[in-house]
Amino acid sequence: MASEPPGSSSVSAAIKNQLRAAAFAVLLLTVLTGVVFPLVVTLLARSLFPRQAAGSLIDKDGRVTGSELIGQDFRAPGYFHPRPSAAGSGYDGLSSAGTNLGPLSPSLTAGARHDPWKPDANESYDGISQLAAAYRRENGLTRQSPLPVDAVTRSGSGLDPHISPANAALQATRVARARHLPLERVLRLIALHTEPRQWLFLGEPRVNVLALNLALDQVALLRAGRDR
Amino acid sequence: MTFPIFLQYTAFLLCVTLLVKPLGGYMARVFQGEWTLPDRLLRPIENGIYRVLGVDPRHDMAASEYSGAFLLFSLFGALLLYGLLRAQPLLPWYDAALLKTPMTPDLAFNTAISFSTTATWQAYGGETTMSYFSQMVGLEAQNFLAAAAGLAVGIGFLRGLVRTKSPGIGNFWVDVVRSILWVLLPIALVGALLLVWQGVPANFEPYTRATTLEGRPQSIAQGPVAPFEIIKNLGTNGGGFFNANGAHPFENPTPLANFLEMLAIAALPAALPYTFGRMLGRPRQGWVLFGVMACLFSIGLTLCHAAEQGGNPWVARAGRIESSATENQPGGNMEGKEVRFGIGGSVLGAITTSNGATGSTNSMHDSYTPAGGLIPLANMLLGEMVFGGLGAGLYSILFTAFIGLFAAGLMIGKTPEFAGKIIASGEIKLIMLYTLVAPAAVLIPTAVAVAVPAGLAGLTTNRGPHGFSEILYAFTSSFANNGQAFGGLSANSPFYNLSTAVAMLAGRFGLAIPALALAGRFARQGRRPMTAGTLPTDSFTFAVVLVGAALIIGALSYLPALALGPIVEQLLLAT
Repeated sequence: MASEPPGSSSVSAAIKNQLRAAAFAVLLLTVLTGVVFPLVVTLLARSLFPRQAAGSLIDKDGRVTGSELIGQDFRAPGYFHPRPSAAGSGYDGLSSAGTNLGPLSPSLTAGARHDPWKPDANESYDGISQLAAAYRRENGLTRQSPLPVDAVTRSGSGLDPHISPANAALQATRVARARHLPLERVLRLIALHTEPRQWLFLGEPRVNVLALNLALDQVALLRAGRDR
Repeated sequence: MTFPIFLQYTAFLLCVTLLVKPLGGYMARVFQGEWTLPDRLLRPIENGIYRVLGVDPRHDMAASEYSGAFLLFSLFGALLLYGLLRAQPLLPWYDAALLKTPMTPDLAFNTAISFSTTATWQAYGGETTMSYFSQMVGLEAQNFLAAAAGLAVGIGFLRGLVRTKSPGIGNFWVDVVRSILWVLLPIALVGALLLVWQGVPANFEPYTRATTLEGRPQSIAQGPVAPFEIIKNLGTNGGGFFNANGAHPFENPTPLANFLEMLAIAALPAALPYTFGRMLGRPRQGWVLFGVMACLFSIGLTLCHAAEQGGNPWVARAGRIESSATENQPGGNMEGKEVRFGIGGSVLGAITTSNGATGSTNSMHDSYTPAGGLIPLANMLLGEMVFGGLGAGLYSILFTAFIGLFAAGLMIGKTPEFAGKIIASGEIKLIMLYTLVAPAAVLIPTAVAVAVPAGLAGLTTNRGPHGFSEILYAFTSSFANNGQAFGGLSANSPFYNLSTAVAMLAGRFGLAIPALALAGRFARQGRRPMTAGTLPTDSFTFAVVLVGAALIIGALSYLPALALGPIVEQLLLAT
């Protein structure tokens, strides 16, 4: 580099310099941004926000019940139910996904019994009509009563931990009956677990299904203790 | 529009606007080598890096050399990433039982091109394909590197307009290193911690095995998400850590996190016009460009919001659903959207990511209403000139302006000029090349894909007009280096892995190289003094010419294709 002969060899020296610079730049900056940076962030995160850094996990009797942020499937009538999910067979934490069904897709409204493109896999799923009918049946609603849209649509992640307060309210009667609780009590629990919009204007009011169901179990425990 | 949603949209634009001057001024100082606050800490590191690289930071590169360095840097980045991905089973944190998607040569090739061009198109789902090592050292590092390269090219382009009688447009290595050390890393560090505070995980734990309240097993994917999450947005890359990308609660846990992530996408590209104005010594020029961007952004936001809040009448009928928003439920089209974001946060995400060349969508655009899905598609087709990719957005809007000025110049019989630089025949050839690459790289592959069985095989979820939209969206997004998708398209096949990679390469280098070549020509020119006959380029008239040029070119190029997809679908929806 110091003494460059004129002509073509100086061009080849320049190219050699560029190649060297490019190779070292990629390697050095990769280590800086792909190794040092994530390690620093992870270490800082662990000391500043240990709960969030670990995935906001919920421990119950020494076992992990799930994550506050990741929705999970509930089917028993005594629990509040989440939205329908397209993640795996439903709330599969390893295969986040939405349906990706187009707005005019017949499968979106009527579901699919089996997918002719994949004869081996059982990929049947319910459409909005079936989901709405099932939701009305479970909660003793008439065919005329309008449903909140989140009750019958699938989220983008398939792991949505929330339902709308309207959705929760429609499920309250079923939950109260299954748990032999006064409806009043269940509605109070919903109100207690309804998160307002963040900073009053960001996002939508919502109810964390897992948190609400944990609270229901807590109530059941307290009652059992008192009865004894 | 409910009042809180209106507030959210307004607050977003306000925050972006308030950040323009501090961020734009900061970047101008950084890239002109002026004093900045972190100098004392960073200068020694910077000089150490130059020593290792063997580069002289004072060396001024001609446009050709600058382009060469950019190409080599991208090539080596892609090669390293390809190698890391193929070697994934031999590297740490690999678990064959969980990572079920095989890293085939075509998938690794597609991903390597995708992340080294900031497209970050993903033909795979992160949690079932990538080890933590691949996510960090492979993908996350490329998020930084490719973003820095894009910013460097944008700055090199600006120097062409700013300098007079200059043989060079700066030093690529200096611009890349300064992009990373001064701009991306400090903001990413603060941003990553803010995201962790909101709930984004950052750990190296294995996937959690939980037992749900009802006693069923649930596995929960984990990982060093926060450091990845911030740079994927800040660098306008957008490829997600998980399959559901920004919709996944671990990537985007709260409405505030969503707001911050969208801000991370828009803030730097929105500030670049001001950087340009300051470097030029005419801040007003920067504000006019920003004004055009903000206006187009608001229009897209309003239209998309109306379509999505209006909901899907077919779905409303099928389930007898409450379509309008109330205080207790979001209403509208919630298929593929998260309750915490509702319509407002989702639409803000769709518009910011589609304008910002960032694929980190927080809702599934495939399930949007036809009109709602048309807006992000149109944003990408117009060249992502509203904020746009880091660096690329600025030269996109300026190229559009040049075409408008050229047409306007013809109409009034003047030689078109911008910032005292003449747009003569040599310049306009480069500009036309730039303009023609886009329709060629988007429409031809789309036409091929709908004509051959390998292309049609991707339509596993949707067919008919929506299937066409999926394919058009795929090539548009690849070319625009955006990376978002109508996700129903099964794109992990040799056909799509190779064809979208070609579109991504065309979108990155087919635009950046003409832009740098043009910058080289402009830099060699002198600067014409402003006279009474000059069309002022910091005026309302200029803004109208710019928007007009964008709409006319866009409509002429793409209206027929759009008519076959989203437009016909919207008409069907009304039946």
